[in-house]
Order: sequence, then structure tokens, then C-alpha cells
Amino acid sequence: MALTKLTVNGKVYSVDVDPNMPLLWAIRDVIGLKGTKFGCGMAQCGACTVHLNGTPVRSCSTPVSVVKTQKITTIEGIGTPDHLHAVQQAWIEEQVPQCGYCQSGQIMSAVALLKQKPNPSDEDIDTYMQGNICRCGTYQRIRSAIHKASGLLQEKKPVKTTPAPVGK
Amino acid sequence: MKIPASFDGKTDASSTEIFKASRRDFLKIGGLFSGGLALGVSLFSCNEKGEKTATLAPNVYLTISSAGDITLIAHRSEMGQGIRTSLPLVIADELGADWSKVKIVQAEGDEKKYGNQNTDGSFSIRMFYKPMREAGATARLLLLQAAANRWKVSVTECDTQNSQVIHTTSGKKLDFGELVEEAQKLPVPAAANIKLKDPGRFTMIGKATPIVDLHDIVSGQAVFGIDAFAEGMKIAVIKRCPVVGGSVKSFDDKKALAVPGVLKVIPIKGPGLPATLSKPLSGVAVIAENTWAAIKGRDLLEVQWDLGPNATYSSAEDIARLTKEVARAGTVRRNRGDFAAAKAGAKKVIEHTYIAPYLAHATLEPPCALAVVKDGRCEVWACTQNPQGARDILAETLGIPVDKVKINITLLGGAFGRKSKPDFMLEAALLAKESGLPVKVQWTREDDLHHDYFHALSVQRVVATLDAQNKLTGWNHHIAYPSISATEDQSVVQPSDGELGLGATDFPYQVPAIRIETHDAPAHLRIGWLRSVRNIPQAFAVATMMDEVAEARGVDPVANALELLGEDRNLTFEQEMGKGKYPNYGESITDYPWEVARMKAVIQRVAKEAGWGKKLPKGSGLGFAAHKSFLTYVACIVEVRVEAGNKIVIPHVHYAVDCGTAVNTDRIRSQFEGGAQFSASLALKSAITVKNGQVEQNNFDGYQLIRMPESPKEIHVHIMENQAKPTGIGEPPVPPFTPALCNAIYAATGKRIYTLPIDLKG
Repeated sequence: MALTKLTVNGKVYSVDVDPNMPLLWAIRDVIGLKGTKFGCGMAQCGACTVHLNGTPVRSCSTPVSVVKTQKITTIEGIGTPDHLHAVQQAWIEEQVPQCGYCQSGQIMSAVALLKQKPNPSDEDIDTYMQGNICRCGTYQRIRSAIHKASGLLQEKKPVKTTPAPVGK
Repeated sequence: MKIPASFDGKTDASSTEIFKASRRDFLKIGGLFSGGLALGVSLFSCNEKGEKTATLAPNVYLTISSAGDITLIAHRSEMGQGIRTSLPLVIADELGADWSKVKIVQAEGDEKKYGNQNTDGSFSIRMFYKPMREAGATARLLLLQAAANRWKVSVTECDTQNSQVIHTTSGKKLDFGELVEEAQKLPVPAAANIKLKDPGRFTMIGKATPIVDLHDIVSGQAVFGIDAFAEGMKIAVIKRCPVVGGSVKSFDDKKALAVPGVLKVIPIKGPGLPATLSKPLSGVAVIAENTWAAIKGRDLLEVQWDLGPNATYSSAEDIARLTKEVARAGTVRRNRGDFAAAKAGAKKVIEHTYIAPYLAHATLEPPCALAVVKDGRCEVWACTQNPQGARDILAETLGIPVDKVKINITLLGGAFGRKSKPDFMLEAALLAKESGLPVKVQWTREDDLHHDYFHALSVQRVVATLDAQNKLTGWNHHIAYPSISATEDQSVVQPSDGELGLGATDFPYQVPAIRIETHDAPAHLRIGWLRSVRNIPQAFAVATMMDEVAEARGVDPVANALELLGEDRNLTFEQEMGKGKYPNYGESITDYPWEVARMKAVIQRVAKEAGWGKKLPKGSGLGFAAHKSFLTYVACIVEVRVEAGNKIVIPHVHYAVDCGTAVNTDRIRSQFEGGAQFSASLALKSAITVKNGQVEQNNFDGYQLIRMPESPKEIHVHIMENQAKPTGIGEPPVPPFTPALCNAIYAATGKRIYTLPIDLKG
């Protein structure tokens, strides 16, 4: 066990964990942010995708010890419930999710893709997103939503606030 | 209720309590809608200020407070099919509620209160559409009466809209909340007096409604089983016996206990054989402060196993044995005419053997459950499809009354039938009881793939005979796969009537001689049900053979299917099944007939929409398949392009679907889009193989699923518009896609597919 400082979504957490602990479990079990999901434990499915200094990584296969001072961003850190990120907004407009379990990881990958390629082609999207499995099969809508988010981001307009969801 | 008594002949004798039909019990409860049984109409509660407030709750599915808050109960499990949205919206539409302001609350597992909650078999909408309409209409009538009384006008002059009662002639309006106190004093109207809305006045049913959990999902706030939390909660990861039926001989936990954070090591006794559809496997659990410590501890456990009689099992050998088996005569399960005579008189005989592997559910959220067992009570939070079945078996296992067991249902990160089984919930409860700690059992991906209730491998042989006029004269379908029932009763070695009714004995085409035969295939793994169950292999064999029949007859495959379906009429099968029963998905064939006209209509529609018959470049092709399952009619056309000899690209998929009344068109579309991808995984990528009784695939590198680059690109869903009784859409998209794809590959390359997953390299 070792005391480590992790900066997650702009907030510094001191965690006392095995340095080999995958970042995923530090985020979920120790820090208590549950939006990042466990799917495979060996970087095969992308459900655990987070950003380190803006670069997507599979947190299930990234030991806490390699993070050091890099800034961690999770699904909870890309927007707020009232002011969603353009990618999240596009996901709502295209009604992407089915069960929703993989979507945090899909969204984190899509955010990174659009930073790298603001205007991706279908092929760019397919190649970049191939590390993220969706067992429900929402791929077609993910592709549409990434194109939509690309448009929203380039309009440079503030993303509109989503109306309060039903049931809340 | 996946295999209720009426659905699977074996079940009554062989299944545990949880899988017995709970449907009929529900229908008794359903009497509250039809028999005028008044439930607690008037409830009082207090608001934050401590003031007594009135609540209108004419049935268990909705409450309206005098403050105007409308709460709708979602009592079925949400696994991506959208049921937490689609059933509540039916209540809201009938009631005239303002959807943007209703609150959806997930019911806990309580069959007596809510009726059937076993979310399986594509029957949520089929079973609950009418009860939900009646629930909404009952509350509406009470509110209308209360308003009419106050205004001293006739009820017929009043209407509801946006959570208000409107006096249509004067335009006067009252909020629902203002009427609650009066409405809850009125007697609940008898069913005969409940007038349901004219479908023409629906505002939501038949349209596209976004799911209620959309915002929570995209912002990472949605709570799945893995996210369940209780104060003081510990995590358990279990090393289970790698062979079904084996058990722990001895174990050494020294190294595991030395891992920082590991708290306890507890063995779990398994049932041996039969493995059952409910009980945990034999294993050793490591309980730790966090998941990582539990996984590390588990890796360091040293366990000696008694592997049991399945330790020599090999799936490759099983397929070889079953291939020989289906070449012989089997047990006749449906017979029409004289197939032997048809074959003797045939000018052409087409005969092929079809092989499909074991499949795992591979829900992206592996099974997980949190349990607290304390003071003679048990509370569980889990991603379960079958909360009430789990509740019964938890009570029985823990030796406490059912009413001391509370099941909270989280969102399910995929389910596909896997999460119908309560084994992971029992593991959590047993460990919580033994350790005295709140325990969350977390399955890893390896656990999930090694210890699933697998979709069984299958070997089938189909023989089709044509006479001199190219008429299809005979159809002989041989079937061998381990039955789901064998998981409960090892003496079962042949498919049940229920399994055969999923695309084999309900062969709908007009052929003078039909003989369907089954063969012995003992089970060596835990066999379960996977989205659309035996429809997967049976539709694969039937619909690809039909494509060959069309070719041999010199008839276009679509025209061939329309011709062989014959005159518009309702089909029956049971008279040709000897003592066998045709299950019809648990419904009577009178209530839900097999309507040839509806099948022909979806075929004609999909052919038109997909441009069937159009010229495609060399290396591309269209393939067709039609398959009714779960009482929903589906026809599918897949367009394929084969590049570089073996790379399969799927630019377009067209589906036409007749599921009766469409409730939420967006979720119908999304289930078909996803169903095509699900089927594409099993057609192109996935196989579980077994050696020495142990599954050989460990993770997604071995058990592969479709990923975005190879996924079907555009899936077009054409929904037939009618007002027939609604039927389910969760499973019906899966069966026809794979044979349509195989037929498209043939059109593109001239290569026929007889083995799944498809391998064009071989």
C-alpha cells in the first residue's frame, strides 16, 4: 500500500492503495466515482475509458503508479448534469443508449476522437472506436451521434441545457 | 417464466420453484382490473411540512398526490429494451398525464403486489399493455368523475390532457392534484365501466419516446448492479470449479489472506449434478476491502478440485458425435404425410448438416449482486431479470420467510437471459450471511465466460426433396442439442416441445411431407437461454435451406417463401405433433394465431423497401430470411459485400416487423438495430469451445464480439402499422439476420454456409 495523490476531474484525492491497483478500481472503489465501468479487466472492451491529460486510456489496465501527476478525467468530469458536453448532448439527441453500460467509455473515446479529428469520416470513427464494445449494438447511432457532436462543437455555441429528465 | 409449464413440457417436473409459471397467478391479480376488486383506493401520507395529504392510488402502478405529483411504477427490469419507459408511458397516455413531469419508480421484487416481474421471453409489452392501459384509464375515470361532480356536469363533457381535467364545452380546467382528495373517495369503477382511449387519440403510444434514463446514462449517473452500495460493503470474488458438477476438495488460503485488504476466505458448496438453473457453483470466495484486492487474493488461492464426470468433455468431440447421431433416424416430433415416400419419389434431394457452437451471453456488465443479511432479513441489490424468482429461492436458501427478503432492482448492463438466473444473488447472500458483512459479489469477465449458462451447441441435418415438377415435396429436419431442461434434470437428453417450438416444429411452409426428428444430446455444461434461444440455430438451418430450395426450384427466394406459405389462413401445428404440445410462446393459438397473411405482408414490405432484385456489383449480394418468433412477424434482407475474398462488409440491413400495436417506435427500431448487431456477433465472431470440461475462452480476445468496423452499417427498420395485440421485440430481430446474411454471402460469392461462426477462409 502507498499513499498516492490522484487528480480526478480537477479535484485532488489522497488514496492509500497498492500501486499496482488498476486506476479503474481506485476511481470506483476508493474515490467512489461510479460512472467508469468494468467490462473485461484487460483493455479489450473500453468500458473503463478515462482520459489522462486528455488522452484516452483503459483504466482497467493502467496501474495507479503510472498516473503520477497526470490529470484524470472521467465521464463525471466532461460536463455537468445541467451543462452536458456536446458529445453527451449528441448522445441524447440521437438516443444512442440501450442498456447504457458501455456508454461512459464510448463517450470518453468519442470526446478524444473529436479533439484529434474535429471532422471525422465514418471510417475514422469506425477505426477509432473499435476498442469500445457495445453488446447491445448501438454502433449505428454512436456513429451518427459523433457526426452530430462534431457539428455542435464547431458551431461554437454554448451547448444548450438539457431539460430535466423525466423521473428526477 | 422463460420455460413455464405451458411452454416447456419438462419444466413442471424438473424445475425449481422459481421457474414455474407465475403467469397464471398474475392473471388472478389481473382480476383487479376486470373483476372490480377494489384495492386500497384512499391513502394518506404527509408532506414535508407534516400536513396530511391525499393520494389517489387506484392500483399498484400509479399514485397521484394532491400536490399533483404523478408516480408511475416500472415493475419490469430494464436491460436496454426500454421497458422502464414503454410500460409507464402507456399508463401516462391513457391517463392524460404530462409525461415531462411524471416520476418513474422501479418496483422492488414482489409478485403478489405487482404481478409477473420475470423480464424475459419478450413478453413485457404483450402481457402488460392492457393492464397498464386499464391502470391509467381507471385513474382517469376517477379524476373525470371528481371534476364532473365539482362542476356539476356530465363526465362525458370532460377530458384529460397534460395532467389536467378539462371541461370541453366551457374550457374550464382543474389540475389532477386539485381533484385527488375527491377522486380517492370515489369507488373504483368496475372494468365494464372503464372506457379505454380510442387509439386515434393516443399522444404517446405509437410514437417515439426517449428513454427515461437517457440523461443519467450519458452523464455517468445511472446505477447498475455494479454501482450498488451499502455502508461497510466488502467485495467478494470467487474461484469456481472449472468443470460443471465438480467441487472443492481442499484449499490453501494463506497467500490469499496475506494480500493487503483481503479479509476472509469462505468456501461455497455447489449442488454437484444437476447443476440447476439457480444454485451457485462450488467454489472458494475471497472477501476484501476492494475489488482489486479480492481479485489478487483469488488469483493466489490454491484449490484442489474434484472435477467430476464432466472433466473429459470436449465440445469438438460432441459435435463429431452429434453429426453422426443426426445422420440416423431420431424421435419423430412432428409428422405430416410420408417423408420416406417423398424422398423415394424425389427427382432431387438436397441434404446438409448445420453446426453452431456454444455461445456466452457476455453482458458487458458481468453478473454482480450486493446482499445484506441481518436480523433474520435479507436485502439484495442486483441487476436481475427475475427478482421474484430470486426472492423465493433466497428465502428458501436462507431459511427465512419470503416477506423478509427484499430485492432492489438496479439497471441491468445487458442481460440477454443470463441475469434470469439468481446464482450470483445467492452467492452474495450466502457470503453475507456467513461473513456477517454486506457483500457485493463481482464476477470478472473470465468468470462470466467460464461459468455462464450457455446457449447450447447444436447439430442439425435438413433434407429437402423436389419432384420432377420442382415442387418441394418433403422436409425432414433432424435436431440435436443439449436441452435447457437438462440443467435441472440430467435424464433429459432431447429438446423439449418448448425448445422445438422456437423455429422447428412451427415450420410454416406448405410441404406435403414434413418430418421433424430429435436426437440424444446430454448436457455437460449449464445450459441456459440466450436472446431468442433455439430460434438462433433453428432459423439458421431452416432459412438457409429454404434459400437452397428456392435455387433448386429455379424460383426467387422471396417468391418461393410467399408461394410456400400458401393461402392466407391461420396455421396450427399440434395435430401433427403426436403427444407433443405446440407452446406458442405460452399463449393460446386462438388468442395469438399464426397468421400467414401477416407473415406474407412483412415479406412483401421488406422486399419492396430493400429493393429486392436490384442489380449489385460483382462481389455483392442480397440475402433474405423470414422468421416469426415470440409471436412477432419479421422479414429481413441483408446486403453484403465480400472484399478480398473473405472480408465481409454489411452496408445495409432491412427489417420489416409486425409486432401488432407499436408502443414506442424508437425502442422497436433500437431493438432491431441492436438485434442485427447481436446476430452479427454470433454469425461472424463468437464461439465457446470446451476441452477437458473447461471453457477455452477467457476474455474478449478469445470470445469475440462484433466491433464497429465490421458491424452492419445501416439498419433500416420498417414497422407495420396495425392495431393487433402488441407483441415483443427484444428477441425477434435476432433469428432471421444470420440466415439472411448467409444467403447474401451465397449471392455474393457462391459459397454456402453450414457452420457458425462464418469463416470464408476455410
